Amino acid sequence: MTITSNSAITPATFLRRWWPWIAIIAAALILPFVLPPFRLNLLGRFLSLGIVALGIDLIWGFTGLLSLGQGIFFALGGYAIAMYLQLDSLEPGQLPEFFGLYGVKELPLFWQPFNSAWFTLVAIWVVPAVVAGLLGYLVFRNRIKGVYFSILTQAALLVFFNFFNGQQKLINGTNGLKTDTASFFGQMVGSDAMQRNLFWITVLLVIAAWTLCRWLTSGRFGDALIAVRDDEPRLRFTGYNPTAFKTLVFTVAGALAGISGALYTVQSGIVSPQFMAVPFSIEMVIWVAVGGRGTLIGAVFGAVLINYAKSLISEQLPETWLFIQGGLFLLVVTALPDGVVGWWRQGGPGRILAMLGSSPATATYPGLDLDPEVQAERRAIESRAIAEESGAREIGGEP
Amino acid sequence: MNVLLDTLFNGLAIGSVLMLAALGLAVVFGLMGVINMAHGELMMLGAYTTFVVQNLLKNGPLEGLFPIYILISIPLAFLVSGLAGLLLEKTVIRRLYGRPLETLLATWGVSLILQQFVRSVSSAFFIGLVVAVALGMLAPRLLPAAWWRQRWSPLLGVGGWIGATVVGIGLAAVLGNQRELHQPWFSARNIDVTAPEWLQGSIEVAGVTMPTARLFIIALTVLALLAVHWFLQKSVWGIRIRAVTQNRPMSSCLGIPTEKVDALTFLVGSGLAGVAGVAVTLLGSVGPNLGGNYIVDCFMVVVLGGVGKLLGTVVAALGIGVLSYILGSGSLLLLWPQMPAGLNETITFFATTSMAKVLVFILIVVFLQFRPAGLFPQKGRMVEV
Repeated sequence: MTITSNSAITPATFLRRWWPWIAIIAAALILPFVLPPFRLNLLGRFLSLGIVALGIDLIWGFTGLLSLGQGIFFALGGYAIAMYLQLDSLEPGQLPEFFGLYGVKELPLFWQPFNSAWFTLVAIWVVPAVVAGLLGYLVFRNRIKGVYFSILTQAALLVFFNFFNGQQKLINGTNGLKTDTASFFGQMVGSDAMQRNLFWITVLLVIAAWTLCRWLTSGRFGDALIAVRDDEPRLRFTGYNPTAFKTLVFTVAGALAGISGALYTVQSGIVSPQFMAVPFSIEMVIWVAVGGRGTLIGAVFGAVLINYAKSLISEQLPETWLFIQGGLFLLVVTALPDGVVGWWRQGGPGRILAMLGSSPATATYPGLDLDPEVQAERRAIESRAIAEESGAREIGGEP
Repeated sequence: MNVLLDTLFNGLAIGSVLMLAALGLAVVFGLMGVINMAHGELMMLGAYTTFVVQNLLKNGPLEGLFPIYILISIPLAFLVSGLAGLLLEKTVIRRLYGRPLETLLATWGVSLILQQFVRSVSSAFFIGLVVAVALGMLAPRLLPAAWWRQRWSPLLGVGGWIGATVVGIGLAAVLGNQRELHQPWFSARNIDVTAPEWLQGSIEVAGVTMPTARLFIIALTVLALLAVHWFLQKSVWGIRIRAVTQNRPMSSCLGIPTEKVDALTFLVGSGLAGVAGVAVTLLGSVGPNLGGNYIVDCFMVVVLGGVGKLLGTVVAALGIGVLSYILGSGSLLLLWPQMPAGLNETITFFATTSMAKVLVFILIVVFLQFRPAGLFPQKGRMVEV
């Protein structure tokens, strides 16, 4: 997008440039009053999942690191806000109810700071970011990459899952922490008014996360990430340190996952170790894959689309969802490597239309591009050029 | 002393199950560099094969074979899982060689499909599936040949499969009205395989009670290990597999059919998963989620052992098995009652099965900091660093 400074901004050009944003703002303002509260809540949840998908897009789509452990950071963010809400809705001196079940008399030490709202607001994204940074540094420092990285992140996920699942006395184990009955600013978190506010916050944060990712990927930093993905040894030989880039981007993805987890938790009403289940983290990858890896808007789009499909299909035919999901994995990998958005941008719809007989989109004039005689001539020229090139190669010896 | 032997035996028992499960994975991952997330589901197919064999032999003309049904189901499970693996290789993985991350996602998709398949397969479902696949494969012959020369012929291929699927689903739905056809074969519940009588008791040696089933699994693991070792080291195809592993283009130049080698490797690896599935049925009831419980552990065994070395798999599996048992059962406390209070508290904290897993995984990650390529790394120029 080039913006020339002296072009006059007429309403028409303004509209052309900003219509997606106008549409988004309009939708965000209108939808809460149109959709029933249940559907609005679902949309809010799925949008918040779009944030974790953005993080995965950063590390997988741009940097080529397939993490199967984003659930760790997602759940950490969720637990942070849930702990605060549990404490916030108590009278002074009380303990959250579940502690009584396990005979815990005193608030565990790591719960203490979550009495403070400011600490929680920071912890939601800093705690996952620190964990991600540490894990990333340890892994990347040893140049563990590719599938080994994926397996290790999955193992780490299982470690956290087992830990949170097994610690009843610290964090209520399998049952998780409920948030929907907690009160916040004197209102129930689960109430409709609160959920509407949370929806708006989610929309704002999705836009903020998208902007951050776009800023990160558009400059030199983004070029470095793509270089890591495409040819890491070459980047290293050019004098850059890939470890730093990978650790940094993994940290950012962790922070995004934490924010996403917190938003998802307050909108779904509970955080539990199931957020760290192995299948859930792989599902996140498929959102990005279907939407289009390497396209930021695709990540958000994929997350909302797949989850809406999941909730609709699970309501009607619960047993078919796994078939469809499995099929999506296969389809995306074999037929749609760039996802829906990537396919769209590379002229996929045009190609389908062309197959059906409408005139295909052409690079120059249709009269030239589609004329069989001109085409034959062009092919002849191209094949001659290739023959000459290979001939030159034979003379020159080594290619 | 008694406690020590007991610990060793139980650790060995856990380790041998892990080793059997990871052996197939080590073959596939180590030799072909392919991540097969559906490995656990291939194990599950083996377990379900055992269940079917047991039910077939329980009543009927072959009742006399019932006491040894577990021995019969071992080759059958190998065959079922192996063929399923072969099908997977021919249809999906073949297209994805050299793209490990994509393979990982695709095989995960396959694992989801297999899980749901055993949950919801019924006679109606099965007939619908067979008809859909047959129609889809025959579509190019059934449709007029002139259609395939049109501009829209790529859409026709896709459309053919979609049409076949719709016909299959419709057929399954119609047949599903029949009560006996609608009945799921296995349903989502867990299935129970009762061990034959000669595997139910236990033997006591030097004060250690050893359940026969555990001993059987250990023996099976040793046999499988020896067989794989013999196959890879001595048989013609094993030598070809190793050659392709070391240098694919050169092997191809010397006339080794690399595609066949890939298919065979995958068949053997998947078949071993089936054998592991038979062993797992002896430990308790199994269900569609069986695979998920084993897959990450198996990968940790392979990663810790070092890729491409059977010895690494053996050592890593036994190490993880013994260590998890020692930590999980808290037998360190029994061995050393007077340990300092701080250490005692730490060990009690980790003395459950799931917490032991946490500690073991943390130890593995720490270990990989010092030896990133595992216990027995591959050496040589061809190794991708």
